[in-house]
Amino acid sequence: MLRSFGRSVFSRQRLVGAVARRGYATAKVAFDVPLETHTDLQKANEDLAQARSNSAEVIESGSTALKHAYQENTGFGTRPIYLDMQATTPTDPRVLDTMLKFYTGLYGNPHSNTHSYGWETNKEVETARKHIADVINADVKEIVFTSGATESNNMALKGVSRFYKKTKNHIITTRTEHKCVLEAARAMKNEGYDVTFLNVDEYGLVDLKELEAAIKPTTCLVSVMAVNNEIGVMQPIKEIGAICRKNKVFFHTDAAQAYGKIPLDVNDMNIDLLSISSHKIYGPKGMGALFVRRRPRVRLDPIISGGGQERGLRSGTLAPSLVAGFGEAARLVKQEYETDIDHVKRLSEKLTKGLLAIEHTSLNGSPDHRYPGCVNVSFAYVEGESLLMALRDIALSSGSACTSASLEPSYVLHALGKDDAMAHSSIRFGIGRFTTDEEIDYVIKAITERVEFLRELSPLWEMVKEGIDLNSIEWSGH
Amino acid sequence: MSASPGPSRAQVLALYKQFIKNANGFNNYNYREYFLRKARTTFRKNRALEDPATISAAWDTALKDLGVLKRQSVISQMYTFDKQVVEPLDPKHHSRG
Repeated sequence: MLRSFGRSVFSRQRLVGAVARRGYATAKVAFDVPLETHTDLQKANEDLAQARSNSAEVIESGSTALKHAYQENTGFGTRPIYLDMQATTPTDPRVLDTMLKFYTGLYGNPHSNTHSYGWETNKEVETARKHIADVINADVKEIVFTSGATESNNMALKGVSRFYKKTKNHIITTRTEHKCVLEAARAMKNEGYDVTFLNVDEYGLVDLKELEAAIKPTTCLVSVMAVNNEIGVMQPIKEIGAICRKNKVFFHTDAAQAYGKIPLDVNDMNIDLLSISSHKIYGPKGMGALFVRRRPRVRLDPIISGGGQERGLRSGTLAPSLVAGFGEAARLVKQEYETDIDHVKRLSEKLTKGLLAIEHTSLNGSPDHRYPGCVNVSFAYVEGESLLMALRDIALSSGSACTSASLEPSYVLHALGKDDAMAHSSIRFGIGRFTTDEEIDYVIKAITERVEFLRELSPLWEMVKEGIDLNSIEWSGH
Repeated sequence: MSASPGPSRAQVLALYKQFIKNANGFNNYNYREYFLRKARTTFRKNRALEDPATISAAWDTALKDLGVLKRQSVISQMYTFDKQVVEPLDPKHHSRG
């Protein structure tokens, strides 16, 4: 009785809702939800193009021409080729695989030592620490986890100089450092420290004699980056380390772009502090580490005060998933070192050769002392930002991601003695583990075509072709 | 030293096939190409292995790696994105193996 009553109500409701549909079939369809979720990037791409064409009135006249510069490749996908490996790298699926279990079950606090939830995550954290230390031949106890290379750099510069402030007050760094080192150094200047910014030569390398001459009895720290993020130049880290050790000065190196990509040995190179970033080695974002030498001991004032985790240098609960992902990324970077470096070198040579075959192009930075995965090329008589607009199918940057919002020319290229025009026309190409031959071929072809197209629009290019020396022209009106 | 006689030729070939199949399952172009390349180079390199202990170690690592590959290629199919500009929309025109 009750049952038939219920059913009659149910069927009446159905009839009101959907006419002429059978109850059970509908129910089945409703539960047949597809597993996959698709993210449409084309929308973001269009928004970006829209924003770019609206924001800059300077290129008003050129914007219609630029639309012609961009050609769609029919019959192929629309997602751009990723060539901005210095900004960040794609997360390796093997890294994700190690991280997932921390979100599905291993949720213990690695610092709780009263129960197994804490022990199991703590064990994973220590395994990761071992993998990270192994890459640079360090001891496990010398690795301090941070939120990224920016925090590591700040911790090293501010921490060391504050700890030794009673006796020492001088910091040495270079002009081509990453923004976070330069800004940290500037902050220390405001606290009353003396900071020396070393110049670099036209290849982006520091002069060792100049460095040695800059060291004073009051110098406490020298900070020189291992691989530059914009031009890929490798500094002579071993020689700098030897000079610092001889003069009893602490040596910090920002190895965000170098860790796992060039051979690094903290003992052989006399490095006292070394900053590492996880997302530059195919690991998760929001994770990094600082190597702090224990013998001879480097002491630093912590920036963050709290529960005393990480030897009291960086308080706060660790994120075991990120730490484990970082550890796996470090293990892979060591395991795959030979194959990765061969692959990157081969593609880099191909790309450099292809791009320099275009006339009036030049490679920025030293051609010999460089990490091959970063290629920075200047295309004379083409505006870098216009070229990027014409290259919507390739994800590139004209310099560091931190400064790409402003249209300022790169300070790194300025430090190399490049003029504004050259600095404005430079583009950085980043190659990594997941870049393919096919992509590099596509990029060379696309760049060659579009540089030619943009140059055809330029009156300067016309003059150059007629053989007029642009420097001899006296421009009026300015 | 492990007591097992090590994998047979047919077993290795079947494992290689599994690697290629699962690598091809990646929806993301770059990951797919990478794991295909990696499978080829690793198996080619390990072909020269002679020592039974090394062979069985390589076999165990390969089984573990295959597990990762299987899981990740399924995940890659669940969270999909647009195709890459070098990737043909029609897979039938995808000439390379």
